[in-house]
Amino acid sequence: MSNESMDIKYVAQLARVSLTPEEERIFSGQLEEVLGYIEHLKKVDVSGVEPTAHAVPRENVTRPDEIAGSLPHEDALRNAPSKSNGLFVVPQIVE
Amino acid sequence: MPNSLTIAKLAEQLGKKQVSSQEITGACLDQIEKIDAKLHSFLHIDAEDALAQAKAADCMIARDGNSTHPPLLGIPVGMKDIIAVKGQPLTCASKIIDNFISPYNATVTQRLREAGAVLLGRLNMDEFAMGSSTENSALGPTRNPWNQEHTPGGSSGGSAAAVASDECIAALGSDTGGSIRQPAAFCGCVGLKPTYGRVSRFGLVAFASSLDQIGPITKTVEDAALLLEAISGHDPKDSTSIPAQVPAYSQALNADIRGLKIGLPKEYMVAGLSDEVKNSINRAVEHLSGLGAEIIDISLPHTEYAVATYYIIATAEASANLARFDGIRYGRRKEGKDPIELYCNTRGAGFGAEVKRRIILGTYALSSGYYDAYYLRAQKVRTLIRRDFLNAFEHVDAVVTPTTTSPAFKLGEKIEDPLQMYLTDLLTISCNLSGICGISIPCGFSANPQLPIGLQILGKPLDEQTILKIAHAYEQSTVWREEKPDLTAFQ
Repeated sequence: MSNESMDIKYVAQLARVSLTPEEERIFSGQLEEVLGYIEHLKKVDVSGVEPTAHAVPRENVTRPDEIAGSLPHEDALRNAPSKSNGLFVVPQIVE
Repeated sequence: MPNSLTIAKLAEQLGKKQVSSQEITGACLDQIEKIDAKLHSFLHIDAEDALAQAKAADCMIARDGNSTHPPLLGIPVGMKDIIAVKGQPLTCASKIIDNFISPYNATVTQRLREAGAVLLGRLNMDEFAMGSSTENSALGPTRNPWNQEHTPGGSSGGSAAAVASDECIAALGSDTGGSIRQPAAFCGCVGLKPTYGRVSRFGLVAFASSLDQIGPITKTVEDAALLLEAISGHDPKDSTSIPAQVPAYSQALNADIRGLKIGLPKEYMVAGLSDEVKNSINRAVEHLSGLGAEIIDISLPHTEYAVATYYIIATAEASANLARFDGIRYGRRKEGKDPIELYCNTRGAGFGAEVKRRIILGTYALSSGYYDAYYLRAQKVRTLIRRDFLNAFEHVDAVVTPTTTSPAFKLGEKIEDPLQMYLTDLLTISCNLSGICGISIPCGFSANPQLPIGLQILGKPLDEQTILKIAHAYEQSTVWREEKPDLTAFQ
């Protein structure tokens, strides 16, 4: 586990969250403290231990491949911040 | 007033036509009107809709006479504002989706409707269920009905405060690291986190998908059993729900607990435990022993790593789950010059401080170069924590612990210090990491100020029946549930 400090600007960019300079300053200190506490986990001997992703493991859960009802088009669009012609409006992605 | 009664009592009175659902629902609405401006349990109430549901229930009772009614017919149940009810707002107490209306029902909502419940309003919470005090709500905190200077706990603080103050008869909450049990303990309610997979998560806004469960917050253990049997069971829409039969929990409560083996883990009687909590738990354990249970000292050696493990796994999962709030398909949008800037602006403006901190921590734990050291290691420690419980359950039928290290803390006391807030989850978190079930029930009060103390009973996977049985036996032979908060300060 690393003791380097987190580059909060970089991680916030990865997370697609813009932060104010004030937030960057406050969160850095707070997260530093939390990461210091998490260092605890270093003390545990995990050699040969399998990771747990789900406490009640279930694999390959399938259902019959049948046509069933789904959310009506207009209901799916009802909460959209911007829509037109039955579509979500998004900023231009390709030039 | 009918709103001060339990589901069990009201179902009996409704059946005998001694009270109507409209009277019960009206009494809840009156109580909300009277105290909620200051208590702030509810984020949204549609009185007209609630009374219409109540009227429909009354018509059904009048029409069907004395034949069997659906189990929750006419009973007002509050919903944490993270569970979808078609046509009602769903905000997760966040600015980023404060204008969202659910286009469909959660499976638990569908089941409550089938059981005849009156769905009464949206309950306050920490934003996206991230927090332990309800102070992270973007719409302002809920107060503790026992003392307005104290928090009701969280994240299901609105649910617990509403039940404790008779604003609704029962409520649903969600529990990712203690978010049902801790507020239930702080407000003097019963709160149950079911086994992972017992209750469908379809229609529950996801925080940490491998940990989240929906469960009841109620006035009594019997009510928790009634609500649990209504919402449990396999759901094809949630691939992690378990295809196992649901027992009639409420029918098997009066069995005696003589000979049951109850484990007392030494790691939970930690140094930071307040004296009043310690004394209450010790007395509760003696009481259970007096009821004929056999108390066995056990060890859960990896307990001290639970908080660190949780705050890696839960934040990692949250960082992925909350990626959907990007300003494209729903919620608030803040424009930018390109899609990336739009995402950053939308999320920067829409999420509160704690949600941002957790997304950033989770993103960091999953990022290239840190994944093995943080996320993978935490998943391995999770295995060890789960193994501790499975080993213990080879020797005992259930485990008892305090629910929290102290009674409800004050508003503002920990909000500036995330780590101190995280550490308040110490005693509830392992239950989620292990996927087992747990219940918190009242077991005493602190003296000054008077605040409730909770006893946590943890059970084997899918063995809700045993913890309900123990909880019921304890509750029925003690007086704690008879005490009610003095709500004068909220009027």
